[in-house]
Amino acid sequence: MSWISGVGLTPFGKHPGRSTLDLMSDAAAAALADAGLERRDVDGLICGYSTTLPHLMLSTLFSEHFGLEPRYAHAIQIGGASGFAMAMAAHLVVESGAAKHILVVAGENRLTGQSRDAAVQTLAQVGHAVYEVPLGAIIPAYYALVASRYIHQFGHSERDLAELAVLMRAHACANPGAQFGEPITVEDVLASKPIASPLKLLDCCPVSDGGAAFVVSRDPTDVSRVRILGAGQAHTHQHVSAVASLTQFGAEASSREALGQARVELEDCDYAAIYDSFTITLAILLEEIGLAPRGGAGRLAREGHFSPSGRMPLNTHGGLLSYGHCGVGGAMAHLVEAQLQLSSRAGKRQAGSPRLALLHADGGVLSSHVSLVLEAAD
Amino acid sequence: MTSGDPIRDWTQGEAAIAYQHCGACGAVWYFRREFCPRCGTREPATLQAGGRGTVYAQTLVHRAPSEALRSRVPYLIVLVDMEEGFRMMGQGDARLAISDRVLARFEWFGDTLVPYFRKREE
Repeated sequence: MSWISGVGLTPFGKHPGRSTLDLMSDAAAAALADAGLERRDVDGLICGYSTTLPHLMLSTLFSEHFGLEPRYAHAIQIGGASGFAMAMAAHLVVESGAAKHILVVAGENRLTGQSRDAAVQTLAQVGHAVYEVPLGAIIPAYYALVASRYIHQFGHSERDLAELAVLMRAHACANPGAQFGEPITVEDVLASKPIASPLKLLDCCPVSDGGAAFVVSRDPTDVSRVRILGAGQAHTHQHVSAVASLTQFGAEASSREALGQARVELEDCDYAAIYDSFTITLAILLEEIGLAPRGGAGRLAREGHFSPSGRMPLNTHGGLLSYGHCGVGGAMAHLVEAQLQLSSRAGKRQAGSPRLALLHADGGVLSSHVSLVLEAAD
Repeated sequence: MTSGDPIRDWTQGEAAIAYQHCGACGAVWYFRREFCPRCGTREPATLQAGGRGTVYAQTLVHRAPSEALRSRVPYLIVLVDMEEGFRMMGQGDARLAISDRVLARFEWFGDTLVPYFRKREE
């Protein structure tokens, strides 16, 4: 067992002039303050990567910059799932006794630190350099291929997918840190600029600057008592050309592992934090995990099921789609929000009194999956 | 693939599609390697595909990755299940739909010769 003893999150959007290390430092300082810890208390550091600051040793680069001398440190890279993989690694390390307080941190000036084309081309490299990238494929195209097959089999309309974008925007409107704060309608999503059919601009998360951090501790602190009960992973492929099926991924196996470790059932969960890089990503993950019936994610969103007052509040901070996506910190924002919800600290976004949260993220093109189960302790 | 293997494909500038087959376990795959990813047997056969297949997934791309390709949008990217038993990515006629039976030709995309699928009648 491990405890998420503090969380920190910057606003996402444009932070002109702020570097990767600046944004990591902002988030890390906020997480330490939240946990009531000093730099000297931190004996472990796990970070991710930054596309605007490629480095062989980001964990020690950051430690030196921020003023840490951890006994344990390294970086992790599995795309969008990195943040939850970092949480899982921290959980396992503190359980092993190798560290007491691990700072998990990410940040990146992905929006203002490079050109739009540079960001698009860097992200496209999760595709195959020889067999896919030369065809003009970009990240939305890989997911759009998945969308075309998934929709072909399960019958979603583009309107169903749009409901998920509308939901995330509604949540973001209650969150001053979100990149986007203007409400949108299904019609707005359908009328937005085509990117890669069936995905339009508002089906896609933005590129953002931002930072996120949390502290994973061996023992609970007085501030907030939220613990990691279970964690699981599944890695089934790298490239969309090499997936056996575009309608069955690793999300089910990964979430089943995490729930099994936690000794709870999916039905026991009352908060969900699910990766939403595209509306289709969110639909597939919700449906494969079992949080929505096949083909039914959009309908449940429309009916209020995933709203703060609904049966299964989902990404109440606004998700990647509307809070924003700064790389590794993107999924970490989902975890930060889950921790705030479970400790009843989400302010006007508070969704009742959730006790048990399921978190899930994917990296690549639904290639790497990481699931976590968090619990509010008494 | 052994050194001096005569099969060259579009990734090497030839108007051809190559795939691999393991004589030991029967596995068939697309991305070239020196061994079978299923059973590990070395020196799998590298074979030329006939170019016939069925569309498995498709998307019309409106956002090009670079300025050089901006003039080419929109273009269709497809995943095709090939008759030989492997799946590959290619470009294709914008009117293609899932389950269409297709045949590969080759077209220039920027400075790369790429597989380009069109519907075939039978």
